[in-house]
Amino acid sequence: MLYGIAFYLFAMVLVGSAIAVITAKNPVHSVLFLILAFFNAAGLMVLLGAEFIAMLLVIVYVGAVAVLFLFVVMMMDVSFADLRSGAMKYVPIGVVVGGVLLFELVIIYSGWKFSDAMELANPNDISLTNTEALGHILYTKYFFIFQMSGLVLLVAMIGAIVLTLRKRSGVKRQKIYEQVNRKASDVIEIHKVTPGTGV
Amino acid sequence: MIEEFISTYGEYLFWTLLHIFVILGVLLVSVAYLTYFERKVMAAMQRRHGPMTVGPFGLLQPLADGLKLLTKETILPTKANKPVFIIAPMLTFFLAIVAWAVIPVDENWVLANINVGILYLFAISSLGVYGIIMAGWASNSRYAFLGGLRSASQMVSYEVSMGLVIVTVLLCVGSLNLQEVVMAERSFLMNILLFPMMIVFLISILAETNRAPFDLPEGESELTGGFMVEYSAMTFALFFLGEYANMILMSAMTVILFMGGWLAPFGISGEWIDWVPGIVWFALKVSAVLFFFIWARASFPRYRYDQLMRLGWKVFLPFTLVWVLVVSGALIATNSLP
Repeated sequence: MLYGIAFYLFAMVLVGSAIAVITAKNPVHSVLFLILAFFNAAGLMVLLGAEFIAMLLVIVYVGAVAVLFLFVVMMMDVSFADLRSGAMKYVPIGVVVGGVLLFELVIIYSGWKFSDAMELANPNDISLTNTEALGHILYTKYFFIFQMSGLVLLVAMIGAIVLTLRKRSGVKRQKIYEQVNRKASDVIEIHKVTPGTGV
Repeated sequence: MIEEFISTYGEYLFWTLLHIFVILGVLLVSVAYLTYFERKVMAAMQRRHGPMTVGPFGLLQPLADGLKLLTKETILPTKANKPVFIIAPMLTFFLAIVAWAVIPVDENWVLANINVGILYLFAISSLGVYGIIMAGWASNSRYAFLGGLRSASQMVSYEVSMGLVIVTVLLCVGSLNLQEVVMAERSFLMNILLFPMMIVFLISILAETNRAPFDLPEGESELTGGFMVEYSAMTFALFFLGEYANMILMSAMTVILFMGGWLAPFGISGEWIDWVPGIVWFALKVSAVLFFFIWARASFPRYRYDQLMRLGWKVFLPFTLVWVLVVSGALIATNSLP
């Protein structure tokens, strides 16, 4: 019963905040509702007994990804009321695209079945906590795929850096090594100045 | 139905709530006296007296301060985004408190002994940035916004190296459960290898809690008070309580990860010492780390922002990354992977 109450609480807040994400007038409020939605999804994961996934969801999505969303949205100097004013004329296209997607989803899920040949990876040992069980599967059966996805992310990261890196001339930079290694004898000159002559 | 609910869960809920209120009470008193401790320690370091007029040795000063904040008027700026403006300090305070649910202060003295305790702590501490960034944005003021942005990038940067430090500890322990982290046997070699990580962690928690010398989000000299500029009375008090509760939380985290939690220090044992309850050791260790916080504040000038970012990304991140490899290599070489 306590479980049921918790489930409906999380589920209701999740759906409510998901709706608020797309209806909120202020984009920053949208992002904040999105964070609330992530958080409740993590709550549902905990109820399912997948506490490791729940914590990862909070750390990765709420702690890192959504912070960047929030950053970008706060820094954008766009009037969203103007953007919204012409939105109604795109409704037909939106309906068509959404309808096609919905239709495809219905087709896929109504006929969804795992092939008999497919062998599902299950942790054999029930006594393991789900963190350990996930580790055992990821680092044995799916080791290659797991490492590959890590490399894909690395490439994406390097790509983003390369795309935004630019060398500007005339910018003063901190050169820590040189600054620390300066000696007083190299950079300070002592002049004896007689009054009235200047240096 | 309600009667059935109470008969099934009543006892459980009662004890859990009692437990929560005990933690809350102890935490709030600790926060109040941490401010007193800070003022006294800093005063001693600067050859002053510190608070001494309210009560004996100024011991009632925190209560007087709290009372003063309670009776002041809460000001809401007209152009502020009111809901977010009010939620921000509440969120900061709330997050500083919920993390205590998994902190074991003695063997089995913990509200929720969950398997992913350390991840939970990490998750909650990474959420702390929202309170500040929301406050900075909702205040609708340049100073507050800059403070919020600074703090957000600072906390996100230092979380990376904190995460890697936690990974090195977990490699030696082999469990995410906080009690098992404390109880895990560590060889001499591992203690030596983890020592530099403790230093990195101690510096990172200064940045993570926005304390001096990394208190740039508040930087009075440039930002007048950073994200807290527009806050007054209770809303300010909540930020203040949240910051200090966070300090205690981070100290507790250091104690659990590196200093053996509630166990007696340096593995000493014997008839003459075993009667000391674990919670006393825990409190003493946490106080020692808190003393470090205050010591650092009284000793170092504030960092410049680019220096702060350089330290996080160009010094700590490569170093911890290499150290993860070193520790795992040492574990494999000595065949002591848990």
